[in-house]
Amino acid sequence: MKISKEEVEKLAHLSRLQLDETAVTSMQKDMNKMLSFVEKINELDLEGVEPLAYMSDEVNVLRADEIKQEITHEEALKNAPDKDTDYFRVPKVLR
Amino acid sequence: MNFPSLVAIRQAISEGQTTCLDLVNFHLNEINKQENLNVFLEVFGEEAQERAKSIDEKIKSNSAGKLAGLVIAIKDNICYKGHNVSASSKILENFESLFSSTAVERLLAEDAIIIGRTNCDEFAMGSSNENSAYGSVKNPINPNKTPGGSSGGSAAAVAANLCQVALGSDTGGSIRQPAAFTGTVGLKPTYGRVSRHGLIAYASSFDIIGPIAKSVSDAAIVLEVMSGGDNYDSTCTKREVPAYSALLNSTKTKRIGYLKDALENPGMDPEVVTLFQAKIDKLKAQGYTVEPIEFPYLDFLVPIYYLLTTAEASSNLARFDGIHSGFRSKNAQDLESTYKLSRTEGFGLEVQRRIMLGTFVLSSGFYDAYFAKAQKARRFVRDKTLSFFHDYDMLLSPTSPHTAFDLNLDYQDPTVLYLEDIFTVQANIAGIPAISVPMGIHSNGLPTGIQIMANRFEEAEMLAFSEVLMNI
Repeated sequence: MKISKEEVEKLAHLSRLQLDETAVTSMQKDMNKMLSFVEKINELDLEGVEPLAYMSDEVNVLRADEIKQEITHEEALKNAPDKDTDYFRVPKVLR
Repeated sequence: MNFPSLVAIRQAISEGQTTCLDLVNFHLNEINKQENLNVFLEVFGEEAQERAKSIDEKIKSNSAGKLAGLVIAIKDNICYKGHNVSASSKILENFESLFSSTAVERLLAEDAIIIGRTNCDEFAMGSSNENSAYGSVKNPINPNKTPGGSSGGSAAAVAANLCQVALGSDTGGSIRQPAAFTGTVGLKPTYGRVSRHGLIAYASSFDIIGPIAKSVSDAAIVLEVMSGGDNYDSTCTKREVPAYSALLNSTKTKRIGYLKDALENPGMDPEVVTLFQAKIDKLKAQGYTVEPIEFPYLDFLVPIYYLLTTAEASSNLARFDGIHSGFRSKNAQDLESTYKLSRTEGFGLEVQRRIMLGTFVLSSGFYDAYFAKAQKARRFVRDKTLSFFHDYDMLLSPTSPHTAFDLNLDYQDPTVLYLEDIFTVQANIAGIPAISVPMGIHSNGLPTGIQIMANRFEEAEMLAFSEVLMNI
């Protein structure tokens, strides 16, 4: 299949990316190349094959539900681009 | 000062010929001299010197760990507490890790010295190390060539003797292809053998940490130290960890299969085929049974890989929001533009493409036709691959169809580079271990690699056989 410009714009929104018109055009071109490349798998006969989702054969890996303070409040905020003493700061949400 | 292995280093230390501090100073000097390769994003120089002094004391008092004397570099997607880690992305510039990855913790506990973090493709997405926000890495063997990717900096660091061993990560060949391009040994363990805790996620059902080394024995001892169950990664196996480094001298391997279809691939460099054939002939001469096997599915592997890994990446990379960590766009006006502009300005083009494709294959209406179908294809390939191990102990192929290619090529089509992974992705799709060891030097002066794949958790036998293969 081919992806349209509108679909690229919709996917960009879902991906939280901001593509200008030039970027949408080149992304559309790239994505269509990528899609025709991956569509090769349609040639495989997969009738009756179950999807494989988990690669690990560990089952029911459980641990005691204990409270652990692994990082401090201050550490949690350390890498934030904007913060105050207690919180992550974001631009105004409601206007 | 170029030691083939940690064993040789320990010997030299015990004979008073060198110390950990000498080794660190030597490597720091080399890093400085070979700065033009752009291998390190950050060097932990003073800290490495301090640590070397204290480990030298431990060696004197006979209380040093297994890895005392080993100077290690880590790929820039592996967390080390109190140190920056960026996945070679602008979106994580100035990000400081709050904890160490389990792999790093275990190396430190055995007295390894970490000398710095190495350049790589952004979020480990790439095969030439050119997708880094911090510039490409040059191949130390020929600086006009790529060292491969995504662990290109790690492989170049070992090849240029800037450290003894480097950690990489392998999602589709990111340890093995750079190892082949730089004449080093690159080991991708079985999925779940090494904890992924503290490895910045690309595609969680494929990713694994592994070593790049000058020798099989160094790869073996580093794997041995890093492996084993971890409460922070429920997919990491609790199976016992064999003493890989002590099991290198005897191999039970007798029957070897090689992928006939790989040799007939149109992209193959004929000289790589010749070098590969020469190895096969030598194995046969030594009494091994070596047979061609049919696997007419090579062309499906990379498409399966991209469908699944982009889906996982689009989900894993959703956490980079411009709010909790790293980079925020200065142009953001409100919450939505904070997300959108920070991500658009913070992620490079290839990362954006993969997020977009991943979002597409997971989106409503396309999920079954793409993502679920690729998961079925994954089972098909996994089962087919594992079935070969009923008849064969090891599977061989070249690691890459050719030698290291030129830097700065103009790619009109992003999928051209995707085919770099054609022989390596099978191991990640199937979750099996694989290793690349040097296969010989091409007439163009560049190294080539041979890949050995083994059954799940058969690293001990695979490593022992690698030692044989390297030396025949």
